[in-house]
Amino acid sequence: MATEFHNLQELRHSASLATKVFIQRDYRDSTICKFQTKFPAELDSRIERSLFEETLKTLNCYYAEAEKIGGQSYLEGCLACATAYIIFLCMETRYEKILKKISMYIQEQNEKIYAPRGLLLTDPIERGMRVIEISIFEDSGSTSSSSSGSSPSSSTAQ
Amino acid sequence: MSAVMIIRKPTRKWEKLPGKNTFCCDGRVMMARQKGVFYLTLFLIVGTCSLFFAFECPYLAVHLSPAIPVFAVLLFIFVMAMLLRTSFSDPGVLPRALPEEANFIEMEIEAANGNVLAGQRPPPRIKNVQINNQIVKLKYCYTCKIFRPPRASHCSICDNCVDRFDHHCPWVGNCVGKRNYRYFYLFTLSLSLLTIYIFAFNIVHVVLRSVDSGFVNTLKETPGTVLEVLVCFFTIWSVVGLTGFHTYLISLNQTTNEDIKGSWSGKNRVQNPYSHKNIIKNCCEVLCSPTFPSVLDRRGVMLEDSSSPTHSDASAASTHKSSNPVSQTTKSSAPLIPNEHTPDEAKPGIGAGTQKSTSSPKGEKPPSPTSPNAVAPAVIKESTH
Repeated sequence: MATEFHNLQELRHSASLATKVFIQRDYRDSTICKFQTKFPAELDSRIERSLFEETLKTLNCYYAEAEKIGGQSYLEGCLACATAYIIFLCMETRYEKILKKISMYIQEQNEKIYAPRGLLLTDPIERGMRVIEISIFEDSGSTSSSSSGSSPSSSTAQ
Repeated sequence: MSAVMIIRKPTRKWEKLPGKNTFCCDGRVMMARQKGVFYLTLFLIVGTCSLFFAFECPYLAVHLSPAIPVFAVLLFIFVMAMLLRTSFSDPGVLPRALPEEANFIEMEIEAANGNVLAGQRPPPRIKNVQINNQIVKLKYCYTCKIFRPPRASHCSICDNCVDRFDHHCPWVGNCVGKRNYRYFYLFTLSLSLLTIYIFAFNIVHVVLRSVDSGFVNTLKETPGTVLEVLVCFFTIWSVVGLTGFHTYLISLNQTTNEDIKGSWSGKNRVQNPYSHKNIIKNCCEVLCSPTFPSVLDRRGVMLEDSSSPTHSDASAASTHKSSNPVSQTTKSSAPLIPNEHTPDEAKPGIGAGTQKSTSSPKGEKPPSPTSPNAVAPAVIKESTH
Protein backbone atom coordinates (compact mmCIF):
# COMPACT_ATOMS: atom_id res chain seq x y z
CA MET A 1 0.00 0.00 0.00
CA ALA A 2 3.03 2.24 -0.23
CA THR A 3 2.47 5.54 -1.94
CA GLU A 4 4.77 5.85 -4.89
CA PHE A 5 6.87 8.91 -5.44
CA HIS A 6 9.77 9.09 -7.77
CA ASN A 7 11.91 11.75 -6.27
CA LEU A 8 12.11 14.45 -3.66
CA GLN A 9 10.82 17.18 -5.98
CA GLU A 10 7.71 15.24 -6.75
CA LEU A 11 7.26 14.58 -3.08
CA ARG A 12 7.39 18.22 -2.21
CA HIS A 13 5.11 19.39 -4.96
CA SER A 14 2.39 16.84 -5.09
CA ALA A 15 2.20 15.43 -1.61
CA SER A 16 0.60 16.72 1.50
CA LEU A 17 1.94 16.14 4.93
CA ALA A 18 -0.06 13.58 6.83
CA THR A 19 1.78 13.20 10.08
CA LYS A 20 5.21 13.27 11.70
CA VAL A 21 6.96 10.69 13.77
CA PHE A 22 9.74 11.58 16.18
CA ILE A 23 12.56 9.22 17.04
CA GLN A 24 13.79 10.14 20.49
CA ARG A 25 17.25 10.01 21.95
CA ASP A 26 18.54 6.93 23.71
CA TYR A 27 20.18 8.02 26.95
CA ARG A 28 21.13 4.61 28.25
CA ASP A 29 24.77 5.14 27.37
CA SER A 30 24.92 8.45 29.22
CA THR A 31 24.79 11.75 27.39
CA ILE A 32 26.37 10.75 24.06
CA CYS A 33 24.27 11.36 21.01
CA LYS A 34 22.41 8.18 20.14
CA PHE A 35 18.91 7.59 18.83
CA GLN A 36 16.49 4.84 19.72
CA THR A 37 16.35 2.14 17.09
CA LYS A 38 12.84 1.03 18.01
CA PHE A 39 10.76 0.80 14.85
CA PRO A 40 7.77 3.16 15.06
CA ALA A 41 4.39 1.59 14.33
CA GLU A 42 3.38 4.37 11.95
CA LEU A 43 6.06 3.34 9.48
CA ASP A 44 4.98 -0.28 9.45
CA SER A 45 3.22 -0.08 6.13
CA ARG A 46 5.69 2.34 4.59
CA ILE A 47 9.18 1.00 4.84
CA GLU A 48 10.99 -2.22 5.54
CA ARG A 49 12.20 -2.54 9.08
CA SER A 50 15.72 -3.51 8.02
CA LEU A 51 16.22 -0.41 5.89
CA PHE A 52 15.10 1.85 8.67
CA GLU A 53 17.27 0.15 11.26
CA GLU A 54 20.25 0.31 8.90
CA THR A 55 19.83 4.07 8.52
CA LEU A 56 19.58 4.56 12.25
CA LYS A 57 22.56 2.35 13.00
CA THR A 58 24.70 4.25 10.52
CA LEU A 59 23.64 7.58 12.01
CA ASN A 60 24.44 6.35 15.51
CA CYS A 61 27.86 5.24 14.30
CA TYR A 62 28.56 8.63 12.81
CA TYR A 63 27.64 10.37 16.04
CA ALA A 64 29.70 7.94 18.10
CA GLU A 65 32.68 8.64 15.87
CA ALA A 66 32.19 12.38 16.24
CA GLU A 67 32.06 12.21 20.03
CA LYS A 68 34.87 9.71 20.45
CA ILE A 69 37.48 10.82 22.95
CA GLY A 70 40.75 9.62 21.54
CA GLY A 71 44.04 10.68 20.05
CA GLN A 72 42.58 13.01 17.48
CA SER A 73 40.34 14.84 19.89
CA TYR A 74 43.23 15.32 22.34
CA LEU A 75 45.43 16.69 19.60
CA GLU A 76 42.75 19.04 18.39
CA GLY A 77 42.04 20.18 21.95
CA CYS A 78 45.68 20.78 22.82
CA LEU A 79 46.41 22.62 19.61
CA ALA A 80 43.35 24.78 20.04
CA CYS A 81 44.19 25.52 23.68
CA ALA A 82 47.74 26.50 22.76
CA THR A 83 46.38 29.05 20.31
CA ALA A 84 43.81 30.30 22.85
CA TYR A 85 41.11 28.72 20.65
CA ILE A 86 41.65 31.37 18.00
CA ILE A 87 42.36 28.58 15.55
CA PHE A 88 38.68 27.62 15.64
CA LEU A 89 37.90 30.83 13.84
CA CYS A 90 39.64 29.48 10.75
CA MET A 91 39.53 25.73 11.19
CA GLU A 92 36.56 23.41 11.18
CA THR A 93 36.35 21.05 14.11
CA ARG A 94 36.19 17.31 13.63
CA TYR A 95 32.62 17.26 14.90
CA GLU A 96 31.55 19.80 12.30
CA LYS A 97 33.18 17.77 9.54
CA ILE A 98 31.29 14.68 10.63
CA LEU A 99 28.04 16.64 10.87
CA LYS A 100 28.51 17.58 7.21
CA LYS A 101 28.96 13.91 6.35
CA ILE A 102 25.80 13.10 8.28
CA SER A 103 23.92 15.80 6.40
CA MET A 104 24.98 14.35 3.08
CA TYR A 105 24.16 10.83 4.20
CA ILE A 106 20.65 11.86 5.23
CA GLN A 107 20.10 13.62 1.94
CA GLU A 108 21.28 10.56 0.06
CA GLN A 109 19.03 8.29 2.11
CA ASN A 110 16.09 10.61 1.51
CA GLU A 111 16.65 10.59 -2.23
CA LYS A 112 17.22 6.88 -2.59
CA ILE A 113 15.07 5.23 0.01
CA TYR A 114 12.67 7.51 1.84
CA ALA A 115 11.29 9.86 -0.79
CA PRO A 116 10.14 7.02 -3.08
CA ARG A 117 8.15 5.76 -0.11
CA GLY A 118 6.63 9.12 0.74
CA LEU A 119 8.81 9.76 3.77
CA LEU A 120 11.30 12.49 4.63
CA LEU A 121 14.00 12.43 7.26
CA THR A 122 14.99 15.71 8.90
CA ASP A 123 18.56 16.15 10.05
CA PRO A 124 18.56 16.04 13.87
CA ILE A 125 20.77 19.13 14.05
CA GLU A 126 17.80 21.15 12.84
CA ARG A 127 15.82 19.95 15.84
CA GLY A 128 18.49 20.60 18.44
CA MET A 129 19.86 17.03 18.27
CA ARG A 130 16.85 15.91 20.24
CA VAL A 131 14.83 13.97 17.71
CA ILE A 132 14.92 12.57 14.22
CA GLU A 133 11.78 13.88 12.61
CA ILE A 134 10.22 11.67 9.97
CA SER A 135 7.53 13.32 7.90
CA ILE A 136 4.97 11.00 6.38
CA PHE A 137 3.41 12.26 3.18
CA GLU A 138 0.24 11.22 1.47
CA ASP A 139 -0.46 11.63 -2.20
CA SER A 140 -2.50 14.85 -2.47
CA GLY A 141 -4.99 13.00 -4.61
CA SER A 142 -6.01 10.73 -1.78
CA THR A 143 -8.30 11.93 0.94
CA SER A 144 -6.11 11.89 3.96
CA SER A 145 -6.87 13.78 7.08
CA SER A 146 -3.88 15.13 8.88
CA SER A 147 -4.38 12.74 11.68
CA SER A 148 -1.92 13.23 14.39
CA GLY A 149 -2.85 10.09 16.16
CA SER A 150 0.02 8.02 17.32
CA SER A 151 -0.10 4.67 18.89
CA PRO A 152 0.08 4.85 22.64
CA SER A 153 3.63 4.32 23.61
CA SER A 154 4.99 4.21 27.05
CA SER A 155 6.61 7.37 28.19
CA THR A 156 9.15 5.56 30.25
CA ALA A 157 12.09 5.06 28.02
CA GLN A 158 13.40 1.53 27.96
CA MET B 1 1.77 57.32 -5.38
CA SER B 2 4.95 55.77 -6.73
CA ALA B 3 5.90 52.29 -5.74
CA VAL B 4 9.14 52.18 -3.80
CA MET B 5 11.36 49.13 -3.95
CA ILE B 6 12.63 48.45 -0.51
CA ILE B 7 15.50 46.04 -0.36
CA ARG B 8 15.10 44.45 3.00
CA LYS B 9 17.95 42.96 4.88
CA PRO B 10 17.27 39.24 5.29
CA THR B 11 15.90 38.30 8.67
CA ARG B 12 18.25 36.00 10.45
CA LYS B 13 17.07 33.36 12.85
CA TRP B 14 18.61 34.95 15.92
CA GLU B 15 16.13 37.78 15.63
CA LYS B 16 13.26 35.40 16.23
CA LEU B 17 14.80 33.18 18.87
CA PRO B 18 12.79 32.99 22.06
CA GLY B 19 14.60 33.43 25.33
CA LYS B 20 16.17 36.40 27.02
CA ASN B 21 19.52 36.53 25.27
CA THR B 22 21.18 39.50 23.63
CA PHE B 23 22.77 39.02 20.25
CA CYS B 24 25.49 41.16 18.70
CA CYS B 25 27.40 41.25 15.43
CA ASP B 26 24.42 39.93 13.50
CA GLY B 27 24.05 36.81 15.56
CA ARG B 28 27.71 35.89 15.99
CA VAL B 29 27.81 36.92 19.64
CA MET B 30 25.36 35.63 22.22
CA MET B 31 25.11 36.85 25.79
CA ALA B 32 22.68 37.25 28.66
CA ARG B 33 20.73 40.46 29.05
CA GLN B 34 22.41 41.82 32.16
CA LYS B 35 25.94 42.69 31.18
CA GLY B 36 26.86 45.18 33.87
CA VAL B 37 28.95 42.78 35.92
CA PHE B 38 30.68 41.53 32.79
CA TYR B 39 31.81 45.08 32.00
CA LEU B 40 33.11 45.31 35.55
CA THR B 41 35.12 42.11 35.04
CA LEU B 42 36.59 43.51 31.84
CA PHE B 43 37.39 46.80 33.52
CA LEU B 44 39.11 45.14 36.47
CA ILE B 45 41.24 42.85 34.34
CA VAL B 46 42.20 45.42 31.71
CA GLY B 47 42.65 48.17 34.28
CA THR B 48 44.86 46.16 36.60
CA CYS B 49 46.99 44.83 33.77
CA SER B 50 47.39 48.30 32.28
CA LEU B 51 48.63 49.60 35.60
CA PHE B 52 51.03 46.68 35.82
CA PHE B 53 52.41 47.33 32.34
CA ALA B 54 52.67 51.04 33.00
CA PHE B 55 54.24 51.08 36.45
CA GLU B 56 55.95 47.80 37.22
CA CYS B 57 57.02 46.38 33.91
CA PRO B 58 59.52 49.05 32.83
CA TYR B 59 61.38 48.72 36.12
CA LEU B 60 61.27 44.93 36.24
CA ALA B 61 62.27 44.52 32.61
CA VAL B 62 65.38 46.54 33.22
CA HIS B 63 66.33 45.34 36.68
CA LEU B 64 65.29 41.71 36.49
CA SER B 65 64.37 40.31 33.10
CA PRO B 66 62.46 41.35 29.97
CA ALA B 67 60.76 37.98 30.03
CA ILE B 68 58.56 39.16 32.89
CA PRO B 69 56.42 41.61 30.90
CA VAL B 70 56.46 39.29 27.87
CA PHE B 71 54.99 36.43 29.88
CA ALA B 72 52.50 38.83 31.46
CA VAL B 73 51.33 39.94 28.01
CA LEU B 74 50.87 36.34 26.85
CA LEU B 75 48.97 35.46 29.98
CA PHE B 76 46.80 38.56 29.65
CA ILE B 77 45.94 37.70 26.03
CA PHE B 78 45.03 34.15 27.04
CA VAL B 79 42.82 35.37 29.88
CA MET B 80 40.99 37.81 27.62
CA ALA B 81 40.56 35.20 24.88
CA MET B 82 39.06 32.73 27.35
CA LEU B 83 36.80 35.35 28.90
CA LEU B 84 35.48 36.52 25.56
CA ARG B 85 35.04 32.97 24.36
CA THR B 86 33.05 32.05 27.47
CA SER B 87 30.94 35.18 27.32
CA PHE B 88 30.20 35.28 23.64
CA SER B 89 29.57 31.65 22.79
CA ASP B 90 26.42 29.60 22.94
CA PRO B 91 26.62 27.65 26.22
CA GLY B 92 24.67 24.72 24.75
CA VAL B 93 21.17 26.11 24.50
CA LEU B 94 18.54 23.57 23.53
CA PRO B 95 16.08 25.05 21.07
CA ARG B 96 12.43 24.86 22.01
CA ALA B 97 10.25 22.20 20.54
CA LEU B 98 8.35 23.11 17.42
CA PRO B 99 4.56 22.70 17.65
CA GLU B 100 4.46 19.25 16.05
CA GLU B 101 7.09 17.86 18.35
CA ALA B 102 5.39 19.43 21.37
CA ASN B 103 2.09 17.83 20.32
CA PHE B 104 3.72 14.46 19.84
CA ILE B 105 5.20 14.57 23.32
CA GLU B 106 1.87 15.75 24.83
CA MET B 107 0.09 12.83 23.28
CA GLU B 108 2.69 10.37 24.51
CA ILE B 109 2.24 11.77 28.01
CA GLU B 110 -1.55 11.61 27.78
CA ALA B 111 -1.40 8.05 26.57
CA ALA B 112 0.92 7.07 29.38
CA ASN B 113 -1.14 8.75 32.05
CA GLY B 114 -4.36 7.08 31.00
CA ASN B 115 -7.59 8.53 32.31
CA VAL B 116 -7.32 11.29 34.81
CA LEU B 117 -10.47 11.73 36.83
CA ALA B 118 -12.00 15.17 36.89
CA GLY B 119 -10.72 17.24 39.76
CA GLN B 120 -7.70 15.02 40.20
CA ARG B 121 -4.24 16.37 39.54
CA PRO B 122 -2.47 14.65 36.67
CA PRO B 123 0.69 12.80 37.61
CA PRO B 124 3.99 14.66 37.29
CA ARG B 125 5.70 14.63 33.94
CA ILE B 126 8.81 12.58 34.47
CA LYS B 127 10.61 10.05 32.33
CA ASN B 128 12.83 7.46 33.96
CA VAL B 129 15.99 6.45 32.15
CA GLN B 130 18.56 3.97 33.28
CA ILE B 131 22.10 5.25 32.86
CA ASN B 132 24.94 3.05 34.08
CA ASN B 133 22.68 1.14 36.47
CA GLN B 134 21.28 4.30 37.93
CA ILE B 135 17.75 5.57 37.44
CA VAL B 136 17.83 9.17 36.28
CA LYS B 137 14.66 11.21 36.13
CA LEU B 138 14.16 13.43 33.11
CA LYS B 139 11.94 16.37 33.92
CA TYR B 140 9.57 18.00 31.48
CA CYS B 141 10.23 21.68 30.77
CA TYR B 142 6.95 23.60 30.48
CA THR B 143 8.62 26.55 28.79
CA CYS B 144 10.55 24.67 26.16
CA LYS B 145 8.02 21.84 25.89
CA ILE B 146 10.62 19.11 25.94
CA PHE B 147 11.81 16.46 28.29
CA ARG B 148 15.16 17.80 29.35
CA PRO B 149 18.10 15.56 28.46
CA PRO B 150 20.12 14.30 31.40
CA ARG B 151 22.18 17.08 33.03
CA ALA B 152 20.29 19.81 31.20
CA SER B 153 18.58 22.50 33.18
CA HIS B 154 16.48 25.57 32.52
CA CYS B 155 18.11 28.91 33.27
CA SER B 156 15.46 31.40 34.30
CA ILE B 157 17.73 34.39 33.68
CA CYS B 158 18.25 33.49 30.05
CA ASP B 159 14.96 31.58 29.78
CA ASN B 160 16.57 28.68 27.94
CA CYS B 161 17.25 25.05 28.61
CA VAL B 162 21.00 24.57 28.58
CA ASP B 163 22.72 21.24 28.06
CA ARG B 164 25.00 20.15 30.90
CA PHE B 165 24.00 23.29 32.76
CA ASP B 166 26.64 24.35 35.28
CA HIS B 167 25.52 27.77 36.47
CA HIS B 168 24.70 31.25 35.25
CA CYS B 169 27.73 33.43 35.83
CA PRO B 170 27.09 37.19 35.93
CA TRP B 171 30.84 37.86 35.88
CA VAL B 172 31.04 36.51 32.35
CA GLY B 173 27.52 37.62 31.47
CA ASN B 174 26.41 34.22 30.19
CA CYS B 175 25.38 30.74 31.24
CA VAL B 176 28.12 28.17 31.65
CA GLY B 177 27.12 24.91 30.01
CA LYS B 178 28.36 22.09 27.88
CA ARG B 179 29.89 24.16 25.11
CA ASN B 180 31.73 26.77 27.11
CA TYR B 181 32.57 25.03 30.38
CA ARG B 182 36.16 24.34 29.42
CA TYR B 183 36.68 27.97 28.38
CA PHE B 184 35.23 29.07 31.70
CA TYR B 185 37.54 26.74 33.60
CA LEU B 186 40.57 27.88 31.61
CA PHE B 187 39.52 31.46 32.24
CA THR B 188 39.43 31.00 36.01
CA LEU B 189 42.67 29.03 35.94
CA SER B 190 44.57 31.54 33.84
CA LEU B 191 43.09 34.46 35.77
CA SER B 192 44.31 32.87 39.01
CA LEU B 193 47.79 32.58 37.53
CA LEU B 194 47.68 36.13 36.22
CA THR B 195 46.51 37.52 39.55
CA ILE B 196 49.15 35.62 41.50
CA TYR B 197 51.78 36.67 38.96
CA ILE B 198 50.90 40.36 39.18
CA PHE B 199 50.63 40.23 42.96
CA ALA B 200 53.98 38.52 43.32
CA PHE B 201 55.79 40.88 41.00
CA ASN B 202 54.21 43.88 42.66
CA ILE B 203 55.74 42.76 45.94
CA VAL B 204 59.08 42.10 44.27
CA HIS B 205 58.98 45.51 42.63
CA VAL B 206 58.15 47.30 45.85
CA VAL B 207 60.89 45.46 47.72
CA LEU B 208 63.53 46.14 45.07
CA ARG B 209 62.63 49.77 44.71
CA SER B 210 62.40 50.34 48.46
CA VAL B 211 65.97 49.18 48.81
CA ASP B 212 67.01 52.09 46.58
CA SER B 213 64.53 54.84 47.36
CA GLY B 214 62.69 53.85 50.50
CA PHE B 215 59.20 52.51 50.93
CA VAL B 216 57.20 55.73 50.99
CA ASN B 217 58.98 57.15 47.97
CA THR B 218 58.34 53.96 46.07
CA LEU B 219 54.64 54.25 46.67
CA LYS B 220 54.74 57.86 45.58
CA GLU B 221 56.57 57.01 42.36
CA THR B 222 54.28 54.13 41.45
CA PRO B 223 50.84 54.87 42.90
CA GLY B 224 49.33 52.18 40.72
CA THR B 225 50.99 49.53 42.83
CA VAL B 226 48.68 50.10 45.78
CA LEU B 227 45.60 49.75 43.62
CA GLU B 228 46.91 46.62 41.96
CA VAL B 229 47.78 44.98 45.24
CA LEU B 230 44.32 45.72 46.60
CA VAL B 231 42.52 44.31 43.55
CA CYS B 232 44.77 41.27 43.35
CA PHE B 233 44.48 40.51 47.03
CA PHE B 234 40.67 40.35 46.92
CA THR B 235 40.62 38.61 43.55
CA ILE B 236 43.01 35.86 44.59
CA TRP B 237 40.76 34.65 47.38
CA SER B 238 37.71 34.33 45.18
CA VAL B 239 39.17 33.26 41.84
CA VAL B 240 41.68 30.77 43.21
CA GLY B 241 38.95 29.30 45.39
CA LEU B 242 36.64 29.08 42.41
CA THR B 243 39.31 27.36 40.32
CA GLY B 244 39.89 24.87 43.10
CA PHE B 245 36.19 24.18 43.38
CA HIS B 246 35.83 23.58 39.65
CA THR B 247 38.91 21.37 39.59
CA TYR B 248 37.22 19.27 42.26
CA LEU B 249 34.00 19.17 40.23
CA ILE B 250 35.83 18.17 37.06
CA SER B 251 37.66 15.35 38.80
CA LEU B 252 34.28 13.98 39.84
CA ASN B 253 32.54 14.84 36.53
CA GLN B 254 29.88 16.88 38.29
CA THR B 255 28.29 20.20 37.52
CA THR B 256 27.85 23.07 39.98
CA ASN B 257 24.10 22.60 39.61
CA GLU B 258 24.29 18.93 40.63
CA ASP B 259 26.64 19.73 43.47
CA ILE B 260 24.39 22.39 44.92
CA LYS B 261 21.28 20.25 44.58
CA GLY B 262 23.11 17.30 46.09
CA SER B 263 22.03 15.05 43.23
CA TRP B 264 24.89 12.60 43.67
CA SER B 265 25.64 13.16 47.33
CA GLY B 266 25.50 9.46 48.09
CA LYS B 267 22.24 9.47 49.99
CA ASN B 268 20.05 6.46 49.24
CA ARG B 269 23.00 4.86 47.43
CA VAL B 270 22.74 7.41 44.66
CA GLN B 271 25.97 7.58 42.71
CA ASN B 272 27.01 9.82 39.86
CA PRO B 273 26.28 7.76 36.73
CA TYR B 274 28.38 10.04 34.53
CA SER B 275 31.60 9.63 36.45
CA HIS B 276 34.16 7.19 35.10
CA LYS B 277 35.40 6.60 38.67
CA ASN B 278 38.83 7.69 37.47
CA ILE B 279 40.08 11.25 37.89
CA ILE B 280 42.14 11.26 34.69
CA LYS B 281 39.26 9.94 32.62
CA ASN B 282 36.87 12.46 34.11
CA CYS B 283 39.24 15.35 33.40
CA CYS B 284 39.78 14.11 29.87
CA GLU B 285 36.09 13.88 29.21
CA VAL B 286 35.35 17.35 30.47
CA LEU B 287 38.37 19.16 29.08
CA CYS B 288 39.50 17.14 26.08
CA SER B 289 36.28 15.90 24.53
CA PRO B 290 35.49 17.16 21.03
CA THR B 291 34.04 20.65 20.82
CA PHE B 292 30.33 20.30 20.45
CA PRO B 293 28.79 22.50 17.76
CA SER B 294 25.94 24.89 18.45
CA VAL B 295 22.49 23.56 17.58
CA LEU B 296 21.04 27.05 17.59
CA ASP B 297 21.16 28.17 14.03
CA ARG B 298 21.62 31.85 14.77
CA ARG B 299 22.87 33.07 11.44
CA GLY B 300 20.57 31.07 9.20
CA VAL B 301 18.31 33.19 7.08
CA MET B 302 14.63 33.01 7.85
CA LEU B 303 12.38 32.45 4.88
CA GLU B 304 8.98 34.07 4.89
CA ASP B 305 7.29 30.80 5.72
CA SER B 306 10.11 30.06 8.17
CA SER B 307 10.83 26.63 6.72
CA SER B 308 14.25 25.13 5.98
CA PRO B 309 17.26 27.28 6.76
CA THR B 310 19.61 28.53 4.08
CA HIS B 311 22.91 30.15 4.78
CA SER B 312 23.54 33.15 2.61
CA ASP B 313 26.31 35.66 2.71
CA ALA B 314 24.14 38.67 3.00
CA SER B 315 26.05 41.90 3.13
CA ALA B 316 24.82 42.77 6.54
CA ALA B 317 26.63 45.44 8.39
CA SER B 318 27.22 44.49 11.97
CA THR B 319 24.34 45.83 13.89
CA HIS B 320 23.86 45.71 17.56
CA LYS B 321 20.43 44.32 17.99
CA SER B 322 18.84 42.79 20.98
CA SER B 323 16.62 39.87 20.28
CA ASN B 324 12.94 40.34 20.73
CA PRO B 325 11.90 37.78 23.24
CA VAL B 326 9.17 36.20 21.23
CA SER B 327 7.49 33.83 23.55
CA GLN B 328 6.71 30.80 21.56
CA THR B 329 3.00 30.32 21.42
CA THR B 330 2.26 26.83 20.35
CA LYS B 331 -0.56 26.57 17.91
CA SER B 332 -1.29 23.15 19.21
CA SER B 333 -4.51 21.44 18.63
CA ALA B 334 -3.92 18.84 21.30
CA PRO B 335 -5.73 19.68 24.49
CA LEU B 336 -3.29 20.63 27.19
CA ILE B 337 -4.34 19.45 30.57
CA PRO B 338 -5.10 22.57 32.64
CA ASN B 339 -3.67 23.19 36.06
CA GLU B 340 -0.57 21.21 35.38
CA HIS B 341 1.94 21.52 38.06
CA THR B 342 5.46 20.48 38.69
CA PRO B 343 6.05 17.30 40.61
CA ASP B 344 8.14 18.49 43.53
CA GLU B 345 7.90 22.23 43.57
CA ALA B 346 4.17 22.58 43.18
CA LYS B 347 3.12 25.94 41.85
CA PRO B 348 -0.62 25.55 41.38
CA GLY B 349 -2.51 27.48 38.82
CA ILE B 350 0.15 27.71 36.15
CA GLY B 351 -1.70 28.24 32.88
CA ALA B 352 -1.11 25.98 29.98
CA GLY B 353 -0.06 28.65 27.51
CA THR B 354 3.05 30.71 27.87
CA GLN B 355 4.74 29.76 31.06
CA LYS B 356 6.42 32.47 33.03
CA SER B 357 8.67 30.70 35.43
CA THR B 358 9.18 32.08 38.87
CA SER B 359 12.60 31.69 40.29
CA SER B 360 13.79 31.45 43.79
CA PRO B 361 16.83 33.63 43.66
CA LYS B 362 19.84 32.46 45.55
CA GLY B 363 21.57 35.71 46.31
CA GLU B 364 24.81 36.57 44.63
CA LYS B 365 27.74 36.03 46.92
CA PRO B 366 30.32 38.78 46.49
CA PRO B 367 33.93 37.71 46.89
CA SER B 368 34.53 38.31 50.55
CA PRO B 369 38.15 38.98 51.25
CA THR B 370 38.11 37.64 54.75
CA SER B 371 36.85 34.15 54.07
CA PRO B 372 39.59 32.09 52.53
CA ASN B 373 37.15 29.63 51.08
CA ALA B 374 34.98 32.11 49.25
CA VAL B 375 33.75 30.07 46.38
CA ALA B 376 31.60 30.97 43.49
CA PRO B 377 30.29 34.48 43.03
CA ALA B 378 27.83 32.79 40.79
CA VAL B 379 24.13 33.22 40.69
CA ILE B 380 22.36 29.97 40.28
CA LYS B 381 18.86 30.90 39.42
CA GLU B 382 16.90 27.97 38.26
CA SER B 383 13.30 28.11 37.45
CA THR B 384 11.34 25.99 39.81
CA HIS B 385 9.40 24.14 37.23
